[in-house]
Amino acid sequence: MSEKILLAHGSGGRLTHDLVREIFLPHLSNPFIEPLDDSARLVSQGGPMAFTTDSYVVNPIFFPGGDIGKLAVCGTINDLSMVGAVPSYLSLSFIIEEGLSVEDLKRVLFSIRDSSKQAGVCVVTGDTKVVEHGAADQLFLNTAGIGWIREGIHLSGLNARKGDRVLLSGYLGDHEVAVLSQREGFEFEGNLMSDCAPLSDLVGKMLEACPSVRCLRDPTRGGLATTLNEIALMSHVGIVIEEERIPVKETVRGICELLGLDPLYLANEGKLVAICPPAEAERLLEVMKNHSQGRAAEVIGRVTEENPGRVSLHTGIGGHRILDMLAGAQYPRIC
Amino acid sequence: MKFIDEFRDKEIAQGLIQRIRAISSRPIQLMEVCGTHTVAFFRYGIRGMLPAHVRLISGPGCPVCVTPNRDIDLAVALSRRKGLIIAIFGDMMRVPGSTSSLQKEKAEGGDIRIITSSLEALQIARENPGKEVVFFAIGFETTSPTIAVALLQSKREHIRNLYFLNSQKRIPSTIRTLLQAERIQIDGFILPGHVSTIIGSEPYQFISSEFNLPAVITGFEPLDILQGVWMLARQIEEKRASLEIQYKRVVHEKGNPVAISKIDEAFERDGALWRGLGWIPDSGYGFREALKDRDARNLEVEVEPSKEHPGCLCGEILQGIKAPTDCSLFKRGCSPENPIGPCMVSLEGTCATYFKYL
Repeated sequence: MSEKILLAHGSGGRLTHDLVREIFLPHLSNPFIEPLDDSARLVSQGGPMAFTTDSYVVNPIFFPGGDIGKLAVCGTINDLSMVGAVPSYLSLSFIIEEGLSVEDLKRVLFSIRDSSKQAGVCVVTGDTKVVEHGAADQLFLNTAGIGWIREGIHLSGLNARKGDRVLLSGYLGDHEVAVLSQREGFEFEGNLMSDCAPLSDLVGKMLEACPSVRCLRDPTRGGLATTLNEIALMSHVGIVIEEERIPVKETVRGICELLGLDPLYLANEGKLVAICPPAEAERLLEVMKNHSQGRAAEVIGRVTEENPGRVSLHTGIGGHRILDMLAGAQYPRIC
Repeated sequence: MKFIDEFRDKEIAQGLIQRIRAISSRPIQLMEVCGTHTVAFFRYGIRGMLPAHVRLISGPGCPVCVTPNRDIDLAVALSRRKGLIIAIFGDMMRVPGSTSSLQKEKAEGGDIRIITSSLEALQIARENPGKEVVFFAIGFETTSPTIAVALLQSKREHIRNLYFLNSQKRIPSTIRTLLQAERIQIDGFILPGHVSTIIGSEPYQFISSEFNLPAVITGFEPLDILQGVWMLARQIEEKRASLEIQYKRVVHEKGNPVAISKIDEAFERDGALWRGLGWIPDSGYGFREALKDRDARNLEVEVEPSKEHPGCLCGEILQGIKAPTDCSLFKRGCSPENPIGPCMVSLEGTCATYFKYL
């Protein structure tokens, strides 16, 4: 095997064969992918199925707390989890810029293997293309995922009702700031890590304890503010949140102050927002706090009848303002 | 967070609001000159906390917004020149010129690079000795020292391929012009603390001595701003007109002498063209004689005739004569995603701020 990925590795010929056999399969081996037929044969688990896809172009591909591989697995697992599905199968496609080192590709595969194992999903099919230098930036990934929705669970952004509580599973902005910190010109010191993680287990525990949860969302690009706006619009309700109750780490706050960013708009890759009936909020919060992915969870606000489609924020000094969707800001590629 | 949380204390904030309510008895109009203040007023919800009769007017203090079409059109024309690199601060990317923007030119293949520090322009020039590099140098007195250092350093290092498209602005003379025009009633000024960190308080003396108006040099944290408003309200009620410094932990009367001397070494005071306000004497900088060979305006390119969008009110909004909500394009065709005027582009532009928070 050469040390760099060449155009010929994507040609479909012998080098492609070697790449799949020597690099990919040892990390992804499972009974579904093994025969290497044109499609994987899957086993239905009954009931309604969830299906989702996402592409990953993060720059740089390695960042504190994760890399593009972990992100691609967790991102799709989390999208499945947010509709109450148990994630089962993933597809995985690589678009590789020629010249990527095989060592880097292996590192990405290690974390794909580890993250999928952690969440109990199998990568059952995949594809590799290699493009000329400059036609892609090192490595782009696409994953699609299939899961089966738990019985009796119906989660949707359409479900929020007046009086419901809004819960957030932990600190905002860790992912975006961790990625930013690695970019040229922003070499911050500190030990901040991306929060990139599969949320499937946390969601399982939450739904087991409180099947009446109305809506789950992971606030990725556009951050908490954008996610809440989407829910407010879909459910035609207002949402009021309390700035003081929103967990943000000191490091993230500091960097936000320095760069003029607002943590409420920063991307997260291992956090969720839950909307639940008021009577369930306390129990749900307890379940979240007892889980490693939800230690810093908080009830951050409530759903109102007034101002449908709008989100407002009570500021720390006792003021009040509208919290709009992310608009027009220039963000680097973060996922 | 140290040095931040102290200035966002809820109880003290509420106390200051009470004091403002107690002292301020009649309708007043205060101009916050700087876009950073406009954003802070909205972001912390201060507008809604103040008594309804304290009216805030946004001023011309957004460097992207006041850059005239003429200069954007010139940058666009330069970006079409083969082998030329344009270095800009991010916000300038999306500002529409007469018919194009740098963002559009980048999509067409123009080599346009976003930088976060003036010294990065110097680095790009060092790394690309075979290409011309033009740094679109915009900003107020807060940015000028860094532009001056980049300019002086390029001379010292004999970097021949770096040019400066100089569109810098100075705040004090612009305030004088606004006051002389008498198109708007202003009862007091909230002046930007960071500008005075560089230039000190002295250049603003005329506001009180010649125009008999109170002015307070104010910081950007919620308590700074509330204290600044209270100091203005107190002056107005006591019928005083002085220049006061609220932001004393940073601002000194004489400013920052090192920064001032760098500006002075690189530039001489000159008039400048402002969008919406026209040519204002003594409101910008020109190159010192020995540095004139670095002026990007010497590069020969054909520039299209400049024209403004007929419905855009940015010019009047920058002077505080109109509010964004008075503009027929606001939220109807003009939005941060699709800006027609520059005030909708910059994160600290008045229209973008109103769009986001109102």
